[in-house]
Amino acid sequence: MRCMVIVKATTESEAGVMPGRELLEAMGKFNEELVKAGVMLAGEGLTPSARGARVTFSGHQRHVVDGPFAETKELVAGFWLWQVKSLDEAIAWVRRCPNPMEGESVIEIRPVFEAEDFGGAFTPELREQEARLRAQLDRE
Amino acid sequence: MTDTHHAIDAVWRIESARLIAGLVRMLRDVGLAEELAQDALVTALEQWPQTGVPDNPGAWLMTTAKHRAIDRLRRHKLVERKHQQLVHEWEREHESAEAVAERTQDDPFGDDLLRLIFTACHPLLSMEARVALTLRLLGGLSTDEIARAFLVPEATIAQRIVRAKRSLAKSEVAYEVPHGDELAQRLAAVLGVIYLIFNEGYAATAGDDWMRPGLCEDALRLGRVLAGLMPREPEVHGLVALMEIQASRARSRTDAGGEPILLLDQDRALWDRLLIGRGLAALEQARRLGGERGPYALQAAVAACHVRAAAAADTDWSRIAALYAVLAEVSPSPVVELNRAVAVGMADGAAEGLALVDALGEEPSLRHYHLLPAVRGDLLARLGRGEEASREFERAATLTRNRREQAMMRERARACR
Repeated sequence: MRCMVIVKATTESEAGVMPGRELLEAMGKFNEELVKAGVMLAGEGLTPSARGARVTFSGHQRHVVDGPFAETKELVAGFWLWQVKSLDEAIAWVRRCPNPMEGESVIEIRPVFEAEDFGGAFTPELREQEARLRAQLDRE
Repeated sequence: MTDTHHAIDAVWRIESARLIAGLVRMLRDVGLAEELAQDALVTALEQWPQTGVPDNPGAWLMTTAKHRAIDRLRRHKLVERKHQQLVHEWEREHESAEAVAERTQDDPFGDDLLRLIFTACHPLLSMEARVALTLRLLGGLSTDEIARAFLVPEATIAQRIVRAKRSLAKSEVAYEVPHGDELAQRLAAVLGVIYLIFNEGYAATAGDDWMRPGLCEDALRLGRVLAGLMPREPEVHGLVALMEIQASRARSRTDAGGEPILLLDQDRALWDRLLIGRGLAALEQARRLGGERGPYALQAAVAACHVRAAAAADTDWSRIAALYAVLAEVSPSPVVELNRAVAVGMADGAAEGLALVDALGEEPSLRHYHLLPAVRGDLLARLGRGEEASREFERAATLTRNRREQAMMRERARACR
């Protein structure tokens, strides 16, 4: 299974405070371990939300809101995508991750949907419909 | 299972290979090393539910296993010099958990792990034994999991592993990474084992399912680990590239009912862009290291042609035919010829492809290969020779042991009549 492993933002990360050398080194080591174990598929650190934007939807309306955003602790500061056997394996890896921030911080693990999670919802007919739509788009 | 049991399971998955590899270095005995690692696991299962999972579980397991080893050697009053010396050394060392932790983080176990891979894939062992031992020692799979993956009784796998360990011990196989000329040959054996595991997952040779994704994931993980351990070996990257790209199509290879969907009919939107990107990067790495003409890199390059095409009709069949021509030079085989025939059939026309297939008709090694009549049937059908095509598909159906594939072949036979 795949998990997205999300590092939550802090006041410091939102203020653009860069991690110190010691933390960078520890993180580098951890990332290397993930690669060597064949677990790491991808991973990125994100700039503070001040450099981002949101598009909010309401019915057919779209509205663009520029960052920064208020709810710091709910924001994402970085993420990995891991290939693991189970959620427990992902937890075991996160447990050995260095604290990604100075002081308090949170890492959230979210399994990625697999095809079978959709169950009957993604029927052959639906798939065919999607394919037809795409073929149409290709022609246009 | 309690939460702690789940946690221990996960720790085992992460640590077991390194643990066993480290113990083999000290004990020079794969069987004993695995047993001691298991003992350490049992101790963890007894203690961790009370004490909680330690901060450095890998170091904890290693220390525990070492203590077990000393106990056991003493109990058996092994006066053999080698073992005596070992006991003394360990007692002198008597490493603290912190010291082990420090060592673990620098990963001097990388070499141990590599040695273990080469030992598990030793040419002295049968292919079946290599596969079982590799999954057990390096993949951290239980015998039961391996048995289920290969649809054989657990006792068969257990016996295979026991016998393999015994052969390794009896022939006193050197626990080392081979050098010089031997390396290329032995590395090919290792890559062969990993690719076989992948293929068994990708196109199951028997049973009801066409794919067993778990095995693909295990093989991919082993491949990625090996690429980390041997970053200068182009064919390791070639194999990883091939597996990443093949795996990227896994989701589109069956319909909701589990029936196979052939490459050209697959919904390309379902292909996994992340794995494709990783595969193309690994292929580029193989090329940079001068491995463009390696058999795995060439097959990966063919797979890359498919994933680079936005629609089936955009496939660069001429390039694929050319790649197969090189592959036929580098590692000639009737199966490669057959694949070349398919590509030529697409690039230059069905008649040209059929000529190549017919040249293979007498090939004894392909007599029971179901894809020969399947390809021939496909080319005949495209030439409007429906009756002959139908006979070929019927023949293909009798040759494959996979039930999904049988059904597909019979369906094609009906459609041609």
